[in-house]
Amino acid sequence: MTNSATEGLSDLDTGPGRLANRLDTVDLAASTPDDEQPYSELGLKADEYARIKDILGRRPTTAELAMYSVMWSEHCSYKSSKVHLRQFGDLPPSDALLVGIGENAGVVDVGDGYAVTFKVESHNHPSYVEPYQGAATGVGGIVRDILTMGARPVAVMDSLRFGRADAPDTARVLPGVVAGVGGYGNCLGLPNIGGELLFDDCYAGNPLVNALCVGVMRHEDVRLAKAEGVGNKVILFGARTGGDGIGGVSVLASETFDAEGPAKRPSVQVGDPFTEKLLIEACLEIFAADLVTGIQDLGGAGLSCATSELASAGTGGMHVDLDTVRCATAP
Amino acid sequence: MRIGVITFPGSLDDVDAARAVRLAGGEPVALWHGDHDLKDVDAVVLPGGFSYGDYLRAGAIAARAPLMQDVVDRANQGLPVLGICNGFQVLCEAGLLPGALTRNSHLHFRNRDQVLQVERADTSWTHDYAVGQRIVIPVKNGEGRYVGSDADLDRLEGENRVVFRYADGNPNGSSRDIAGVTSENGRIVGLMPHPEHAVEDLTGPSTDGLGFFTSVLKAVVNA
Repeated sequence: MTNSATEGLSDLDTGPGRLANRLDTVDLAASTPDDEQPYSELGLKADEYARIKDILGRRPTTAELAMYSVMWSEHCSYKSSKVHLRQFGDLPPSDALLVGIGENAGVVDVGDGYAVTFKVESHNHPSYVEPYQGAATGVGGIVRDILTMGARPVAVMDSLRFGRADAPDTARVLPGVVAGVGGYGNCLGLPNIGGELLFDDCYAGNPLVNALCVGVMRHEDVRLAKAEGVGNKVILFGARTGGDGIGGVSVLASETFDAEGPAKRPSVQVGDPFTEKLLIEACLEIFAADLVTGIQDLGGAGLSCATSELASAGTGGMHVDLDTVRCATAP
Repeated sequence: MRIGVITFPGSLDDVDAARAVRLAGGEPVALWHGDHDLKDVDAVVLPGGFSYGDYLRAGAIAARAPLMQDVVDRANQGLPVLGICNGFQVLCEAGLLPGALTRNSHLHFRNRDQVLQVERADTSWTHDYAVGQRIVIPVKNGEGRYVGSDADLDRLEGENRVVFRYADGNPNGSSRDIAGVTSENGRIVGLMPHPEHAVEDLTGPSTDGLGFFTSVLKAVVNA
């Protein structure tokens, strides 16, 4: 028994499966700088991989590589669009804007001590791959952004762009997208109060699926995504972590589709609006009980993004015990 | 008068139902699905929503919630109970009302202002209406098609237990345009449309829904 196990390990030590089968620690990464890593498969370009090595002064561990790949994806870092988005920061400040760029959603004063928060976000690639679940989880994400600002979500809207109305591909994608947006919001009690729809050849193979959520709150109820203070507990709650959606932002959102590519279907997450409804009520209750220092929702990059963004916006680091994450299936 | 509104996991219109009770002049009392405590209420409303995410079947899991055992016991002793939309589905699954709600015949979710014809004005929840009166309240469902065997439906009609029928168009393919039914004693009523969304001019198509809640307050006083 012992012998065969040892032999197995020594095979792995020299074979190509070594990294996948053994804990890739920082020490190991530092002592094996030239090991090949699947950065390209994770959606990173060669110059980005070189930059990671430059920052760390060594190659990343497999876990670090996976985190970089999602954090540096277009979905999370807006690397191609941030030059345009920055212009909003140059606009003259308004007294009505209570919370601006950098948080989960903006907050606008509407008088009498009330504020509304709203945000629109795309879920284009997932919706193209799996229309119903892609659009549904797009709504789920935007609702959580509103919720984490401290507001009760009250309505959703959508803005959709498809290729020609009579194209077979439009017929494949459109019904599921419409049903996904409406169905998910409805299960949360959120009416879809409006939207817009355009068909044009330029969207063939690349439909745009944007969902908006609006929430209402009192001024004093605004919450921010900052983990400040020493000794606070970090609590993960909501749907269990599953195998669906892994790498969804880096593999799905950042690359174009081609017919020869491998099937990417499993990267689209499967929505659970019932759990999100419970999440809404649970969050509003713990806000009301004043138990929260900072809160961040999990988006496409999951725990990697939520923990690092919370920590970097706050005043210190964060210990994350991944072994305690509740999984949808046995790991 | 204390009118209980049950919140199940996934209930969505519980706050609206409580507001309707208050606007009608009653005292809304929040009831929790997991308790065995009806808090001495004089009547109970099961609100709309997606209790337990409609998993298994709409209303099937909520019908087995701890509090529902108390509701069934008290309902059998005459406690007035109103089930709206998902609440109607729960009452059917709990055996308090006959029939079942299935997927709409056209397979689409349908949300619109709906005309209903009042068929019974002597139940606990419809005293303030008149037989033959037409009211307009919102309907919003994907699984609202009322069905039963022909024999069951004949018996139901023979016993005059249809409370509301859809008028000016049936939104979901319900058998014989049935929108709501009642128990033998007329104290339990279930319907798919939403009276609690038609209680204020600002937000509803009418205030026609208020009659449900004013009716039960009088029914409780007279009981």
